[in-house]
Amino acid sequence: MVKFENVSKVYSPGTYAVRSLNLEIAKGELVVLVGPSGCGKTTTLKMVNRLIEPTMGRIFINGQDIRYVNPAKLRRQIGYVIQQIGLFPHMTIAQNVGLVLRLLNVPKKERDKRVDALLEMVGFDPKIYRNRYPRELSGGQQQRIGVLRALAADPEIILMDEPFGALDPITREQLQDELKKLQNSLHKTIIFVTHDMDEAIKLADRIVVMREGEIVQVGTPEELLRNPANDFIREFIGKKRFLRSPEEVLVAEIMVEDPVTGHPEVGAAEAFQRMQRHQVNSMLVVDERGILKGILTLRGVQKGIQSGERKKAGELMEPVTETVTPHETVLAAARYMAKSKYGLLPVVDERGILKGLLTNASLINTLVDVLWPAEEIDPKGEDKNGSNSIELMGNLS
Amino acid sequence: MEVTLSSLWATYLERSAKFWLLTREHFLLLVVLPVTMAAAVAIPLGILASKQRWIQVTSLAFANLMQTIPSLALLAILIALGAGIGNKPAIIALFLYSLLPILRNTYTGIKNVDNALLEAARGMGMTATQILIMVELPLAFPVIMAGIRTAAVICVGLATLAAFVGGGGLGDFIVTGLGMVNNNLTLLGAIPAAVMALLLDYILGKLEYWLTPRGLRI
Repeated sequence: MVKFENVSKVYSPGTYAVRSLNLEIAKGELVVLVGPSGCGKTTTLKMVNRLIEPTMGRIFINGQDIRYVNPAKLRRQIGYVIQQIGLFPHMTIAQNVGLVLRLLNVPKKERDKRVDALLEMVGFDPKIYRNRYPRELSGGQQQRIGVLRALAADPEIILMDEPFGALDPITREQLQDELKKLQNSLHKTIIFVTHDMDEAIKLADRIVVMREGEIVQVGTPEELLRNPANDFIREFIGKKRFLRSPEEVLVAEIMVEDPVTGHPEVGAAEAFQRMQRHQVNSMLVVDERGILKGILTLRGVQKGIQSGERKKAGELMEPVTETVTPHETVLAAARYMAKSKYGLLPVVDERGILKGLLTNASLINTLVDVLWPAEEIDPKGEDKNGSNSIELMGNLS
Repeated sequence: MEVTLSSLWATYLERSAKFWLLTREHFLLLVVLPVTMAAAVAIPLGILASKQRWIQVTSLAFANLMQTIPSLALLAILIALGAGIGNKPAIIALFLYSLLPILRNTYTGIKNVDNALLEAARGMGMTATQILIMVELPLAFPVIMAGIRTAAVICVGLATLAAFVGGGGLGDFIVTGLGMVNNNLTLLGAIPAAVMALLLDYILGKLEYWLTPRGLRI
């Protein structure tokens, strides 16, 4: 679909913004160019729609050398989304979204129909939003419109230059999810530039890591995480991100190190207060040597308080049947956890001294972290949500 | 000479026909005509100036220079240059004075269009002409309009000087009144000129607001 052949961009003699870049992007692929600022990723992107002309080399779209395509014509066939959004403030939302169609001389009636369908696709009621102006929308809404504007002429290729970079983290996450959903139904060829590795891993079919105008590594997120080509990539990705299978991660790495504990002599009321203060529903009972004696649940405490007698933690606690040692693996811990009726697993050493606590939540988080990229790569992952929008797009394009 | 409302009214009644003639002359010939001409020249020039550095430098330098020449001196220079006396030198002088505000505002208005918008426009496949017509001019419109408004208000005031070279307009009453030490006559020229300036400013301000694209109104 898009092919870079020995492409270089030289701004002043000797300084390469991009150096002999070779890259082929398949139809329907979402490729993320990622790297620190000044690595040439944006230059690379803008060479695709000829906002920047390469100094050397050639770029092909569907086998055609784009040097010979009129730039304005070329750009109308390529969606373009930028970080600053760039909606035209003097045009309504509908006019903004339909602008490329207008440039392509699509009749107004058809244009309006298409715009309404697009607005509906991302959950904007056309009746309400069609005639609004950009400044009446929030940043997140504006960028949704920015994406729609790029989709309006149903281009095969969409270029996105840090599109979510200026949004707050929550909105950014939402738009990333929406983009993924959209991509699952539309299968556009998307080139996406970011400096955020998390974003790259989340969105990309393939990641192209760049540095100083050159490609350092190309691969699926999983390949990159499993086999980073060098220290630069390892550092750029961040150490904790690296994939390890559940049998490699030790309990000690993920356990809570200071769980809520109490001495057997602690009274029921005090135990109750302590749990409340820490917002937990159980407390580990530990003697003065630090040896785990049992677990006191919220229900146990309540029973004790209701009974009216002055009961102590030691009398109300229940014995702990399942524990794990710090150097066992997360996989083993998961097996014990399955048997535990409390949804938590105390971590004790060989002498029975409490070292920490594994909760259901921390265990699930770890497992998800480990498994998640592989799951996200699956292109059929989320197709259910997109089906009706495919029809919409199909009808109108 | 004592000026009262009734003496002023009497002066007006005496010369009401001439009064309206001069007012019309003042407005149409000494304000609308030179400002329209200036807009016709300065807006395209301002557009070119925003694209071409050398045009910007030379045109703004010229317009600035015109603005610095004292108005009476400019009239004298124009007469010396062969523009004769009467309406002609006055209209030329007012035209020259109107250039700067319109030129400067057109240039600034276009230059101030957000770069992100231009990049978006280019990236969507707009040609340079389309960008100018669909993006830059609509966005620069309120600023250009403000320039025209400034020019018009300046013209109303300066046009009173036209009478010194036989240019007509309400200045006629002022100049004659000053010569005859007839304050009533002077004020019959000065007050309507001031009212015209205020009214024009108000009306053009409204026009500017109504013609501004709704998405840009504050």
